[in-house]
Amino acid sequence: MRFLFKTSYEQDINLAKHGGHRFWYGALLALLVASPWLLSEYGLAQLTFVLIYGIVGLGLMLLAGFTGLFSIGHAAFLGVGAYTEAALVGLGVPFPIALACAMGLSAAVGVVVGLPALRVKGMYLGISTMAFGFIVAEVFARWESVTGGNSGKHVKAPAIGGWQLDSGTEFYFLCLVLAVGSTLAIVNLLRSPTGRAFVAIRDSEISAQSMGIHLARYKTMSFAISAALAGLGGALYAHMIKFLSPDQFDIIQSIDLLLMVVIGGLGSVHGAFLGAIFLIVMPQAINASKDFLPEAIGQAPGLKAAVYGLVLIAFVLFEPLGLYGRWLKIRTFFTIFPFYRKGMFKRQKSFQKSDRLR
Amino acid sequence: MGPRLASAAFQPSPFPGVRLQFLQLVISGVAQGCIYGLIALGFVLIYKATETVSFAQGELMMLGAFLGLALMTLLGLPFWLSVLSAVAAMGLFGIVVERVVIRPILGQPAFSIVMLTFGIGYVARGVITMIPAIGTETHTLPVPYKDQVLNVGALVLNVEQLVVIGVTVVLCGALFALFRYSKIGIAMQASSQNQLAAYYMGIPVQRLNGIVWGLAAGVAAVAGLLLAPITFVHANMGFIGLKAFPAAVVGGFGSLPGAIVGGLIIGIVEALSGFYLPEGFKDIAAYVVVLLMLMVKPNGLFGETMRKKV
Repeated sequence: MRFLFKTSYEQDINLAKHGGHRFWYGALLALLVASPWLLSEYGLAQLTFVLIYGIVGLGLMLLAGFTGLFSIGHAAFLGVGAYTEAALVGLGVPFPIALACAMGLSAAVGVVVGLPALRVKGMYLGISTMAFGFIVAEVFARWESVTGGNSGKHVKAPAIGGWQLDSGTEFYFLCLVLAVGSTLAIVNLLRSPTGRAFVAIRDSEISAQSMGIHLARYKTMSFAISAALAGLGGALYAHMIKFLSPDQFDIIQSIDLLLMVVIGGLGSVHGAFLGAIFLIVMPQAINASKDFLPEAIGQAPGLKAAVYGLVLIAFVLFEPLGLYGRWLKIRTFFTIFPFYRKGMFKRQKSFQKSDRLR
Repeated sequence: MGPRLASAAFQPSPFPGVRLQFLQLVISGVAQGCIYGLIALGFVLIYKATETVSFAQGELMMLGAFLGLALMTLLGLPFWLSVLSAVAAMGLFGIVVERVVIRPILGQPAFSIVMLTFGIGYVARGVITMIPAIGTETHTLPVPYKDQVLNVGALVLNVEQLVVIGVTVVLCGALFALFRYSKIGIAMQASSQNQLAAYYMGIPVQRLNGIVWGLAAGVAAVAGLLLAPITFVHANMGFIGLKAFPAAVVGGFGSLPGAIVGGLIIGIVEALSGFYLPEGFKDIAAYVVVLLMLMVKPNGLFGETMRKKV
């Protein structure tokens, strides 16, 4: 077991609480920096996807996991970012400016979508974001002069000044820097008054309001930040996948993003990245297991959907804290070795509270 | 002025044709709206009883349609028998789903249950697609009233659409009677108003929740069997369930008549916008309507407004 001996107030606000944190996160960072030389080109591409989805997941985690506002239309923000980036880079705008515009436009759209959030609660919000997602997907399909419509749109490689980032390694480092940057930004945001206000709104709107938190302002802010991160992820996604079509940003993608944060573990920053790893690794694992299954099951087209659904059901039923919760349990088991009890992470069941009265 | 008046006098009037077309559009919109309404009815039933939103309703509908198809074509049962047994089997399936996956997590945040129903939908869609040679195809449901038309004056009425409207009316009447006059229906009303108080009065709330899920699944199966002759039976037909959400919201999520009225509104708006507005508006009309509704009247047409008392 580790006992923290605090000798100064500085220790309370340090991001890394003790040497262990410093060591392991440093090791992780070193591994990520070294991975272009450790992984094959394919592996590196998958890792880049994990980073991109991790950024999007951070945004959705902030909204769903920390502010308690569920968006079933987050793919729309991803799409706004991706198409803005593709259109601006196509016009010859330098990459950093295009990236900033993609984030800005996504955030602006997020504010617009967040406006009904001030009036509607719970599943009404989910449905209004879903409706918005459908409308945006239709706009992507119909606004052919900008998005290329259903025939799709090619995306140029990013360029900063004269420097073309067209190799996989360079783009990987770009994603790594942005992912680390946004993670630090979110971690810092969460321990600021703004982040505390988000968590307060999640836990009880009425209490938060009574404590003087301006609900409208903070909810809109949460939507804007979340959408900006989704836009950033979308812009990187556009460069990574190099070809955009409207069906990449439909309701399935939105549900996949939600699945990512739920499986990763709602309410944890780690969860966003763990969920992203799950989302990228799972199809590969299903593909790999196809050879071992009988042909009737292995080759069936619906296998992926069925496995996703079963995994999602299993997580909600047996591991509501997600992958990060599982990790916490394993870690606790070892740190307090012989004293781990079965119910230590059991959430208290409450009698169902009425959503209608909120 | 003169010549135009004269020409107008020669042609009897352009309006009857336009009005007829309008009526035709409205009728097909009403038929489509009834389907939305029936699916929305499932949402509302579940929401009223358990305060959870089931995103699997569309997939339950798809399962019901496939079950009816299997009973009719594979087992060769007569039409009425297979419809009744498909609805009953789906009702049973709903009860089982509630018992196995929903009940263990009651009391957890509402969003967990929403994700769970997403999972049920994924599994249903995946499993149907995995059935070799059937799952990936589109099928037509062999109904006795297929492709028949009825001429009323100058109106050409599609029998399939009339059946949809008729069955919806009968089903709504039956549900109304159930909730109004039967003991179990009154118990359901009580538990939807206040679960804890219903418990104290000796109402078996958990068993009622199971029955409500069964009822919702049965209604979804009816919707699927009604929709099947109009569109086709295929694994992705459940996505129409996502259009029933606007219907439920427009009507007010907690109101049974609201669900049907909302469905009709969405259906008619969709049919009219598909004809009078440029291409593409038909698919998003429902969502535009629901966004407007949420801005103007967040509780829907028939929704109840309550404030939390601290």
